[in-house]
Amino acid sequence: MKEELIIAGFGGQGVLSMGKIIAYSGIMEDKEVTWMPSYGPEMRGGTANVTVIISDKRISSPILRWCDTAIVLNQQSMDKFEPMVRKGGLLLYDPNGITRHPVRKDIKVCSIEAADLSNRMEMSKAFNMVVLGAYLKMKPILERHNVIQGLKKSLPERYHDLIPMNEKAIELGMKEVKEVI
Amino acid sequence: MAEKLLKKGNEAIALAAIRYGADGYFGYPITPQSEVMETLMEEMPWETTGMVVLQAESETSSINMLYGGACCGKKVMTSSSSPGISLMCEGISYMAGAELPCLVVDVIRGGPGLGTIQPAQGDYFQAVKGGGHGDYKIIVLAPASVQEMYDFVGLGFDLAFKYRNPVMILSDGAIGQMMEKVELRDPVRRLTDKEITEKYGHWATVGKPASRKGNIISSLSLAASEMEAINLRLQAKYQKMRENEVRFEKTMCDNAEYLLVAFGSSARICEGTLEIARSKGIRMGLLRPITLFPYPETAIREMLPQLKGIMSVELNAGQMVEDVRLAVNGAVPVEFYGRMGGSIFSPEEVFEAFAKKFNL
Amino acid sequence: MDIKDIIKPENFVYGKSKVLTDTVMHYCPGCSHGVVHKILAEVIEEMGIQDKTIGISPVGCAVFAYKYIDIDWQQAAHGRAPALATATKRLYPDKYVVAYQGDGDLASIGTAEIMHACNRGENIVVIFINNAIYGMTGGQMAPTTLLGMKTATTPYGRRADLNGYPLKITELIAQLEGTCYVTRQSVQNPGSVRKAKKAIRKAFENSALKKGTSFVEIVSTCNSNWKMTPVKANKWMEENMFPFYPLGDIKDR
Repeated sequence: MKEELIIAGFGGQGVLSMGKIIAYSGIMEDKEVTWMPSYGPEMRGGTANVTVIISDKRISSPILRWCDTAIVLNQQSMDKFEPMVRKGGLLLYDPNGITRHPVRKDIKVCSIEAADLSNRMEMSKAFNMVVLGAYLKMKPILERHNVIQGLKKSLPERYHDLIPMNEKAIELGMKEVKEVI
Repeated sequence: MAEKLLKKGNEAIALAAIRYGADGYFGYPITPQSEVMETLMEEMPWETTGMVVLQAESETSSINMLYGGACCGKKVMTSSSSPGISLMCEGISYMAGAELPCLVVDVIRGGPGLGTIQPAQGDYFQAVKGGGHGDYKIIVLAPASVQEMYDFVGLGFDLAFKYRNPVMILSDGAIGQMMEKVELRDPVRRLTDKEITEKYGHWATVGKPASRKGNIISSLSLAASEMEAINLRLQAKYQKMRENEVRFEKTMCDNAEYLLVAFGSSARICEGTLEIARSKGIRMGLLRPITLFPYPETAIREMLPQLKGIMSVELNAGQMVEDVRLAVNGAVPVEFYGRMGGSIFSPEEVFEAFAKKFNL
Repeated sequence: MDIKDIIKPENFVYGKSKVLTDTVMHYCPGCSHGVVHKILAEVIEEMGIQDKTIGISPVGCAVFAYKYIDIDWQQAAHGRAPALATATKRLYPDKYVVAYQGDGDLASIGTAEIMHACNRGENIVVIFINNAIYGMTGGQMAPTTLLGMKTATTPYGRRADLNGYPLKITELIAQLEGTCYVTRQSVQNPGSVRKAKKAIRKAFENSALKKGTSFVEIVSTCNSNWKMTPVKANKWMEENMFPFYPLGDIKDR
């Protein structure tokens, strides 16, 4: 098993922490993982992205030209990462704020109204967990209990009371994800 | 089973320092390595192991704090990124001259000047060929994973004390910012002051008992004949390092006709290139120098009979390739591929460059 | 009277400190460094802390201080002694750490290091020799060179418009919260030597009490580079240096 994943959106959307939870969940399953962020001033208000690789075997390059999955949460990221998805790969996006929808026909495209849903459920802080749920539904590469363990590991203990809400958000994402193409 | 954590390379350095019984860290903030000191301050090792952590007023001051701490026989370290290391080069030269052990971590960013905060490997020359003034060498370790960031702290301190010489971990923004699985090693206890006096009291400034003459740590010797003798002694020490401390990793080299040579993050990317080449039936291997000084020139030379060509792959304008060419001495073509200024190549890009250079 | 009659123990009135080595000092006759070394060694001996004292020597004439005072020494890069002292004291909190610096070392190239060490209140002793000139390199302008004073790099005298003003670094240092004792002394006659020695002793005692940084400036002569006889240099110092760098405690708490 090897999954090469790019998550991209605005700074503050929880892109990096979503990647971290996935990576930690991978460690819970004793897989090899790398988490490679974009870093620096571009993150302040600009776009943030992270490459996460989970594999049964030693991971070679943390830098990718192609990815198996792109999770796209704003228009700039759509423009940049839609072309990077491998043929037959997955593009998951939140249509909120997207003006140009995906055009590729050789990949699977899914959408999740994470911003809308999390706002309506009054858990906008768990926005990224709704996206995570949608991703895990489409790519069930990680056991549910390991994801919760990963969540615990990446959240500072003072936020552990938020874990039930995050679980709920993950479930919501799993339920609401839609296949577009 | 040892605990496995998901950590950034920079965080791994900090955790390793505490667990390896470092006595002191002295540093100054600079991107992309500030997490080293931030992690240390969060961990508060002064409450547990007694390790001193201090934010200095400049990199100049940090390296001179290392000088003072190293004079005391203590395990001291700093970390910085390229412009900060430039400031430290004076102090590194002094410490090499005074034969003091210390660990310096360079998480390289793109240069020259203030450059960029994105990863690069443009400080190879600075680390390996000098940086500071005078004929000195430091042992340079190039980690290619977060686990190696962790492990090389211990290795670095061991080598620093074995040779009483500065050791550098030469990393870059990619390895520093990347998170991977880290297995924590068994902790090593800090030495007590008494143990330090027993072990290093014959040279370190630990306070002079009546039984011995004062220990004087200096890199100054005005008489030319004395200074030449010191230089000869240093060179003999560097020769010992060449004989005993060369480290490298070979991947798929057994039947290789073409060889990539790359260190650190470039080597990780080249592992991907290897997979591409092998899938196309091209017999490519990768030699990853782990020590950049001493350089694995013999390992390269030994492979020459089986090779049709070599490509050095670096995130710079072509620095390590000079050492590859010195090792190869014209026996096979040596090409170079690199990018600069914080731009990183993908495995595919390296393969395309390779195929073009060797008409494959 | 025979020499043997003179050197009897009961006639003993003065002895060289045991903390001073027998090495002949390289300082010029008349230089203040020798006197300051002597009283520093005496303080270390009298306090019984030879085995607990670590010295940091600077770049400048006092670079070789390690040859004369018999303790463990670190020889610092130019201006960086306070950084070495900081680490040494933090790693050995129970030892005495003394940084010995000249005016070029402390007040020019090492301004940042001294300011920040003092501001952090490192429990160290700083001895600052201010003779208003670069000695070892041959008499160039120092940050503390007086206006009008001729040096190798101000051959027509220091001018404020060209060279800026002499730096009263000790007054600046006294402003820093981390310092507990800041004083300006001199060693040109027996009375001043006694006072300077008292100041150095107090600085070491403060260090043991962990009160913060103690900073002792010694206004000094450099008769060679001032191009004067030792006697004339002392007089010139009293007439020209003391009005600008007045002696006494600036801070004591």
